[in-house]
Amino acid sequence: MSAVEARGVGKVFSSRSGDVVALEGIDLTVAAGEFVALIGPSGCGKSTLLRLIADLDAPTTGELTVFGKTPQQAREAQDYGIAFQQAGLLPWRTVTANVELPLELHGVGKAERAGRARELLSLVGLDDFAGHFPHQLSGGMQQRVAIARSLAERPSLLLMDEPFGALDEMTRERMQTELVRICAESGAAVVFVTHSIPEAVFLSQRVVVMSPRPGRISAVVPVNLGDVRGEGLREDASFFAAVTAVREALHGTPVTARGVDLR
Amino acid sequence: MTDLATTLAPERTAPVPVRPRERSTVGRRILVGVLAVLLLAALWELVKVVVPDGGGHLGEASVLPRTDDLAMPHVWDIVDRVLQPETSATGSPTVLSAMLSACWFTLRVALAGWLVGSIGGLLLAALMQRWQLAESALVPWVVLSQTVPLIALAPLVVGWGGRIHVGTFEWQRWMSVALIASYLAFFPVTIGALRGFQSPPAAQVELFRAQAASWNRTMLSLRLPASVPYLLPALRLGAATAVVGAIVAEVSTGTKGGIGRLIISYAQSASGDPAKPWAAIAAAALLGLVAAGLVSLLGLGLGRYRYAEVR
Ligand SMILES: Nc1ncnc2c1ncn2[C@@H]1O[C@H](COP(=O)(O)OP(=O)(O)OP(=O)(O)O)[C@@H](O)[C@H]1O
Ligand SMILES: [Mg+2]
Repeated sequence: MSAVEARGVGKVFSSRSGDVVALEGIDLTVAAGEFVALIGPSGCGKSTLLRLIADLDAPTTGELTVFGKTPQQAREAQDYGIAFQQAGLLPWRTVTANVELPLELHGVGKAERAGRARELLSLVGLDDFAGHFPHQLSGGMQQRVAIARSLAERPSLLLMDEPFGALDEMTRERMQTELVRICAESGAAVVFVTHSIPEAVFLSQRVVVMSPRPGRISAVVPVNLGDVRGEGLREDASFFAAVTAVREALHGTPVTARGVDLR
Repeated sequence: MTDLATTLAPERTAPVPVRPRERSTVGRRILVGVLAVLLLAALWELVKVVVPDGGGHLGEASVLPRTDDLAMPHVWDIVDRVLQPETSATGSPTVLSAMLSACWFTLRVALAGWLVGSIGGLLLAALMQRWQLAESALVPWVVLSQTVPLIALAPLVVGWGGRIHVGTFEWQRWMSVALIASYLAFFPVTIGALRGFQSPPAAQVELFRAQAASWNRTMLSLRLPASVPYLLPALRLGAATAVVGAIVAEVSTGTKGGIGRLIISYAQSASGDPAKPWAAIAAAALLGLVAAGLVSLLGLGLGRYRYAEVR
C-alpha cells in the first residue's frame, strides 16, 4: 500500500482580498518506505501540500489518502511524524521533555520515554543539552530538537518541512547522512520539503519539482543513487548528473553551463 | 476591557528568560510596596505643608481640600492613635488589635471570594476557548457584569442567600460578602486566562493537533502552562479587587466584624477623633497590598512558565 496517494488535489485559500490558488491538480504517489523530496520556488505550495497530508488543512478538490485512510484517520492513528518549518518547541519544557512530548501524549511509560529521548538526542548531537531550555539553544539546535521529536514514535511516514534550513553546512550534511540511515533502517516513507537541490538529490529516490501560481507538479526526477549513500557520493559524477537534471527541471530549460549549486 | 486586556498582556515578542532573577523578585516586590507606602505618607505631609489650612479656593469654588489637623491629621498622629485604646471605656482593646482582627476577617472573606471568582473565571475562560460561539456570546456579558454597581447588587445577594437552607447548611452573611468579592475578582481572571489560553502560536497548536491530542490534553499540556505569564498578574489583580469588593460589600450589607464596618463606625467619631478613621482607611489599603502579595507567592514555583511575563 502506498504511503501517500494524491489524485487531482487542489487547495484554494479564499480571503477578502481574493482567492489564492495554492495547489492545483496534484497527482502524487509516495510508496511505503520511499523518500520523496519536494522542491520549488518560495510560495509554490510545498508547505501547503505537506499540511494537507498531515490533515492540518483540508483540500478543496481531489482525493488524498494516507496508507489507504483519509488524512484524518491517519492523523488519529498516529501514522506520521512531523517537523515544521518553525521548530515550535514548548519553552517551559526542557529539551528532553520536548522530545518526549509525543510519547507522553500517547501514554508511553516514563522509563521508555527517557531512554528513547536519550537515544534521539545523541542522534542529533545534543546529549549535552538534555536539561537545557529552548531559549538557551541556537536556532539550529532548536531545529534539531524538533527533528528528534518528529522521530520519537518511529512513524512509518515522516513529513519534514525544510528541517535543515537553519543548520550549518557540516551539521546539515551529518544530519542528511543520519536521516538516510534512519529511514533505511526503519523503512519509513518521507516527504521532505527543501530549497537545496543537492540536499534533495542526496536524500531522495525521487525529486518532485513544483512551479508556482498555481502550485503544480512540473516534473518528477528519479534519482537512483543506491541504498547506501556515504559521504563519497557527494563527489560522485552520478550525483552531479542528478543535480543538473533537477536544476534543469526547476528552471524549465536545459542548463548549458556545468555550474552546480554545491550548497 | 481593552485597557485591561493590554495591561494583562505580557510582551510576546521577546521571550526573555527570567529564571536567574526569580529569587530576588519577592524581596524586591515587598521593598517596592514599603517604599510606596512611605512615599504616600511623605506626600500627605507635603500637602499639609503646601496647601493652606482652609483649603484652596478659586473665587467662590473650593478646589483643594481643607488640610487642618481635623481634616488631615499628621501621619504620626495616625500612627500614635493606632496604638491607643479604641474607646475610653476600661478594658477597651487598642485600635491596632481591633483593626488586625477586622483585617483578618476581611482577608479571609476576600480570599474565599477570590478563590471562587478565580475558579469561576478559569472555567469560564476554558469554556470560551473551547467554543468560539461561547466566546462571542459571553464576552459582552462579562464586560457588562462589571458595570453593575456593587451597592445595588449587595442587598439582592443577601436577599437570595437568606432563602437558602439545605439540610443543616445555612447561608451566612459573610458568604454574601465573599460572593460579591468573587464577582469582582472573576473579571480580570477571566480575561487574563482567556488571553493566556489563546496565546500559544499556531506551530504549537498544530503540533498537538498532529499528535491527535484531545482538547483536554491540549488544555493541560499546552494552553494552561502557556497561560501562566498571563494568569499570575490577573490573579494578583483579582486579589486586590476582591479585597475592595469585600470591603464595599461589608458596608452595603451591614456585615459586622470586618474592616469595612470598622471604617464606618470609626468615621462616626471623625469630628472628635479624626486620626481613627484614617487609620482604618490606611489599614484597608494595606490589606489590598497584602492580599496581592500573598497571591504573588503562587508564582514562586512557576519560574519556568514565566519566560515571557512582564514585571
Ligand atoms: N493560511 C493561508 N491563507 C491564505 N493563503 C495561504 C495560506 N497558507 C498559504 N497560503 C498561500 O499559499 C501559497 C503557498 O504557500 P506555501 O506556504 O505552501 O508555500 P511554500 O512553497 O511552502 O513556500 P516557502 O518555500 O517559502 O515555504 C502562497 O501563495 C501563500 O500565500
Ligand atoms: Mg513552506
